[in-house]
Amino acid sequence: MLEIRDLNVHYDMIHAIKGVSLEVHQGEIVTLIGANGAGKTTTLRTIAGLKKPTSGAITLKGEEITAASPRHRVQMGQALVPEGRHVFPGMTVLENLELGAYLRRDKAGIAADIEMVCGYFPILKDRRKQLAGTLSGGEQQMLAMARALMSRPEILLLDEPSMGLSPLLVSEIFAIIKTINGAGTTILLVEQNAGMALSIASRAYVMETGSIVLSGTGAELMESDEIRKAYLGG
Amino acid sequence: MKNKKTLTTLALMLGVYALGHILILTGVINDYSFAVLATTGINIILATSLNLVTGFTGQFSLGHAGFMSIGAYVCAIITQRVEGTVGFVLGVLAGASAAALVGVLVGLPTLRLRGDYLAIATLGMAEIIRVLFLNMEITNGAAGLSFLPRFVDWNWLFLLTAGTLVLLSNFLHSSPGRACISVREDEIAAESMGINTTKYKVTAFSMGAFFAGVAGAMYASYFYFLKPDLFNFNKSIDILVIVVLGGMGSLSGSVIAAVLLQLISTWLSAFPELRMVIYSLMLVAIMLFRPQGLLGSTEVTELLSAKLPQLFGGKGGQKKEEGV
Repeated sequence: MLEIRDLNVHYDMIHAIKGVSLEVHQGEIVTLIGANGAGKTTTLRTIAGLKKPTSGAITLKGEEITAASPRHRVQMGQALVPEGRHVFPGMTVLENLELGAYLRRDKAGIAADIEMVCGYFPILKDRRKQLAGTLSGGEQQMLAMARALMSRPEILLLDEPSMGLSPLLVSEIFAIIKTINGAGTTILLVEQNAGMALSIASRAYVMETGSIVLSGTGAELMESDEIRKAYLGG
Repeated sequence: MKNKKTLTTLALMLGVYALGHILILTGVINDYSFAVLATTGINIILATSLNLVTGFTGQFSLGHAGFMSIGAYVCAIITQRVEGTVGFVLGVLAGASAAALVGVLVGLPTLRLRGDYLAIATLGMAEIIRVLFLNMEITNGAAGLSFLPRFVDWNWLFLLTAGTLVLLSNFLHSSPGRACISVREDEIAAESMGINTTKYKVTAFSMGAFFAGVAGAMYASYFYFLKPDLFNFNKSIDILVIVVLGGMGSLSGSVIAAVLLQLISTWLSAFPELRMVIYSLMLVAIMLFRPQGLLGSTEVTELLSAKLPQLFGGKGGQKKEEGV
């Protein structure tokens, strides 16, 4: 579904991503874990088209999209939930969801999908006339995910959905990620919470200072001594 | 629901038009008060169009007077050469289009800048335009153009002001309008939704410039006289003051603020020595007590539909009523 070959990204002089290659197959949950500053978010932003790579190739569903606009990528069925939620604070929950379907023109389908995402996140239905800026952190994360789903993505890019949330909410969010995946959406998940991410992932990549240092199935990495020491606390 | 709103707006507009007409016929509005009225109308167009750029799309521009001057000079030069109403209509269209074109040309490179950087760039652009007009032969340099034909009467004033308001309001409720607002709300999120943020920033910017050009053309065709210094930095700030005072992201706020400030400054002309002191103090006071502006980012119609039902004992009270 998604394939990245030898990706290099620079911020001016800083070489942030050094030759990263990874792939995500149809129906998988793939996670990219690593410490702060390892380049996970930059990788995801580059895949979404928000950051231009210096070299390398990104292929989505067999089409090369390295130079494509974010708009084209969304039209092709890719959606990003950016790090730190990024809801539209001055708009209502409903308006946020409608903007998620910005590139779609099928009114009936949009209305049906609003019902669908409110099924995943019932709290959003209660709050649909409330301004998004007044929601709690967890609710904003749910809204950001629901909004991304409104473009009917085949692959969902999730950047740190657990950031700043209570353990209880984190479990809830991860359960929903599994449900969304079960309904047929492929998922690429960037996380610092390695334990949680590995527990739901089919495969995982570990990033360190701009490169991928390890990869394998979720279960394999959970058992790996290196990972246990570095990311799972012994 | 929506039809009812349109009808109410239409009735209100016709009412304002008829009232103005009657007051002018009966002589209650004399030449002096009509000049005040014309200035108010021009300021409404300037403020609402800047609000589209700064309040709704979130791009801080300090160059609105520059676009206004383009509209003014282009229209003046045309009305000097083409006689009659045809010349005026042509002048308004050409002036506004020229301003919009410059808006696109300036917007494409500068709208990548954010906040204060964009403000400085637009400020510089307005100064360049002013200096160009100061040195061109066709604009008669610093002496300016005088004895321009006057076209703006109550009909034109009302038509152009109300027309601007209707067009801007319709644009903001359309899908591209929502896209502009989403850019202000969160640019990264907007871009991840597949919204081409550069495109909508440039659209809003050049649309704002277009209507600033209309306002400039009206100015030239009412006040007989143009010189480059009318469109200096202070003029851009005056427009920005109306926008901030009325509320960033509120069209009706800009209208109310434009009327209010005009009333205050007309009233203050009775105290010429203290005029600017009192005016400034009032602005400081309003900003201290209403930092979000008179209306914040809501519209009068939303406030009314929220408050009126409460007054009459209904349930109401919900801010946004539009369904899916």
